[in-house]
Amino acid sequence: MIESCNCIEPQLPADELLMKYQYISDFFIALAYFSIPLELIYFVKKSALFPYRWVLVQFGAFIVLCGATHLINLWTFTMHTRTVEIVMTIAKVCTAVVSCATALTLVHIIPDLLSVKTRELFLKNKAAELDREMGLIRTQEETGRHVRMLTHEIRSTLDRHTILKTTLVELGRTLELEECALWMPTRTGLELQLSYTLRQQNPVEYTVPIQLPVINQVFNTNRAVKISPNCAVARLRPTAGKYMPGEVVAVRVPLLHLSNFQINDWPELSTKRYALMVLMLPSDSARQWHVHELELVEVVADQVAVALSHAAILEESMRARDLLMEQNVALDLARREAETAIRARNDFLAVMNHEMRTPMDAIIALASLLLETELTPEQRLMVETILKSSNLLATLINDVLDLSRLEDGSLQLELETFNLHAVFREVLNLIKPIASVKKLLVTVNLAPDVPEYAIGDEKHLMQTILNVVGNAVKFSKEGSITITAFMVKSESLRDSRTPDFSPVPSDNHFYLRVQVKDFGAGISPQDIPKIFTKFAQTQSTKNSGGSGLGLAICKRFVNLMEGNIWIESDGLGKGCTAIFLVKLGIPERLSESKLPFMPMVAANHGQANFHGLKVLVLDENGISRMVMKGLLVHLGCEVTTVSSGEECLRVVSQEHKVVLMDVCVPGKDGYEIALRIREKFTKLREKPLIVALIGNTDKVIKENCMRVGMDGVILKPVSLDKLRSVLSDLLEHRVLFEAV
Amino acid sequence: MDLVQLQRQFVDYTTSLFNEGFLDDQFNQLQQLQDESNPDFVVEVVSLFFEDSERHLNELTQSLEQQNIDFKRIDAHVHQLKGSSSSIGAQRVQKECINFRGYCEEKNIEGCRKCLQQVKHEYVLVKNKLETLFKLEQQIIAAGGSI
Repeated sequence: MIESCNCIEPQLPADELLMKYQYISDFFIALAYFSIPLELIYFVKKSALFPYRWVLVQFGAFIVLCGATHLINLWTFTMHTRTVEIVMTIAKVCTAVVSCATALTLVHIIPDLLSVKTRELFLKNKAAELDREMGLIRTQEETGRHVRMLTHEIRSTLDRHTILKTTLVELGRTLELEECALWMPTRTGLELQLSYTLRQQNPVEYTVPIQLPVINQVFNTNRAVKISPNCAVARLRPTAGKYMPGEVVAVRVPLLHLSNFQINDWPELSTKRYALMVLMLPSDSARQWHVHELELVEVVADQVAVALSHAAILEESMRARDLLMEQNVALDLARREAETAIRARNDFLAVMNHEMRTPMDAIIALASLLLETELTPEQRLMVETILKSSNLLATLINDVLDLSRLEDGSLQLELETFNLHAVFREVLNLIKPIASVKKLLVTVNLAPDVPEYAIGDEKHLMQTILNVVGNAVKFSKEGSITITAFMVKSESLRDSRTPDFSPVPSDNHFYLRVQVKDFGAGISPQDIPKIFTKFAQTQSTKNSGGSGLGLAICKRFVNLMEGNIWIESDGLGKGCTAIFLVKLGIPERLSESKLPFMPMVAANHGQANFHGLKVLVLDENGISRMVMKGLLVHLGCEVTTVSSGEECLRVVSQEHKVVLMDVCVPGKDGYEIALRIREKFTKLREKPLIVALIGNTDKVIKENCMRVGMDGVILKPVSLDKLRSVLSDLLEHRVLFEAV
Repeated sequence: MDLVQLQRQFVDYTTSLFNEGFLDDQFNQLQQLQDESNPDFVVEVVSLFFEDSERHLNELTQSLEQQNIDFKRIDAHVHQLKGSSSSIGAQRVQKECINFRGYCEEKNIEGCRKCLQQVKHEYVLVKNKLETLFKLEQQIIAAGGSI
């Protein structure tokens, strides 16, 4: 009997060989199936990016199970137990499940994977595009940098040639040009002349008429214009290349002139002076002018225009400056010569004056002496005439010298304080004898507001008044002469009769108006303007003598004193009035001049802020106490006086705001008192302000005062003003150091 | 004499006092303090000065005649005198007092005595001048004017 084992037999007992091959194949399949997941896991672990791990796990499981299936298959070739069959079945079932699941999952993920691929392609394209744009921007940047550098080069020099040369060189370098040339307009403006080229060292100077159509085309626009390489301006070198010459571009360079720059306007390109810049690309290069290159050329052309105009302006200004310097030198020389001349003349005059005066004085003196001796009437007459003539001559000499000094401005007024009233008195005294001989009455009327003292040139003022009055006396045969003087208010200063005289009233000056009226010969209206011209004599003055210089000198003096002089007359025989205005200073404080005595003006100095201020005065000296009290009472304070330290400490209270103590008593210590006062008042508010009266500004004394906490020191003697300011400072600031 | 002339004389006299150095600016200050509320201020102060100075001068004379001269005391008196004279503006007296103090420091007896004579001399001078001035003042007031 056959034992029934639960073994399962293979259905078809196959060939031995075929079975062997199947066996081996299954083995290898299993092996591969096991190793693939291992590899997958290894590589996925390496890569961090793989997104579908779960799918991979599934896939791995599927492969492993397949492998397992094939592995188990190995046992099914021969007789095998039922267990093996069951295991096989289970494996197959699992494999089926997993493989279906995997298939399903794959359906989901494959579209995703595909789209990843398209995105990748898209991004690659984008990257390529950006790269291209980057390249473009970089070139533009480069160009911009070139422009800046070029501009910098151009603007760093003010020399015209350097500017132009640099431009061409830099442009040639930046744009890699074959040739670059600059055509400048000639002086006539009818032609363009080749002035600068890049490659040719010494360009042949040939010209082109400016009216060519191509040139007009370029000049009419501020853009760079492409022109034909065959036109006149572009035919600069023999065409080296066999093929096409490179493209040529021309641009205009405005030449701005100095007169273009108005103050408020931008320069207008109305004066159409342009230069032409021609740029050629290398031949046989197939390069073309790009937009950004054209822009660069236009920008450069503008910059060159500006740089050239700067250079032109600089040249002009340097030329002007050189001219001015020459003129300066010439003027300086002229001035020095003039000064030398004046000095020489002054010296001459001084010497001549002296030389002339000495004999004159001798003549006058001796003639006077001669008059004293016994003479016959004819002799006497002769000597008197000699004397009169010599006196006239002496006066003339003086006048001439004075006038010449006045004219060149070398005469300066000596300003000092003088007695104005005394001047008039003096004039009166001097003129009275002469006037009484002619039986003329002279009166002086001084207005009450004329100050007694004034600042000015006393000598010349007196001379002027004397001169005017003297003239009045000279030309009057009868009648009276009135001299009036009064101060002028500013409104009446503007006299319509003297339009060229515009006085400026100021605070410490005043105008004095003096009128001298006579009833003598008078002056005809047409002669009035001549009066003040030197050496001019009218009919009447010729007869009466007089050199004609007197009034001219007066006029000069009066002008120096910033005033004016004029004559009014109603006509011949009707007398005339001489009027002059002079500017005099007001002396500041009468106490500074000869008067130390101040009038006792009981001015009410009762200050409201000191009213009722309680002050304590400590001084051993009764008189000082009394004076101090008087001063303080005058200022409105309530004063208590004490004569000793102990009394002071007893009396002082917080009602007293200020304590004035004399600290220069030898042997007594005022400082101690001050300390004790401070101790007495603990609160700062209640403490009175302590001020020391000191006799001298010894540093030691001051230091001591500060040490004991005094609030201030005053140096004796104490005046009312000093005390007032001290008190106000003290009360305002609560401290004062120090009042001297 | 009429009022204007009296006033003129007063002014001239006072000017001369200043010019000759008898009085200085401090006297001006005193005069400024004189007003309706205090019409005799100057006279009062000056009178007090006369009294005070005479007292000090007597003391000084006595002290300098002693056998043992107490320079400290002398200095104190001179200091007081100096203070008074400077307070009313008696410039010359003050100057002499300063000299006196110098001699005192040196303890120079002869110098002190000489200086005392000077001080007295100056004091008498200024006293006379001031009295004259006050008389003039009174004359002016009597004539109906004011200063």
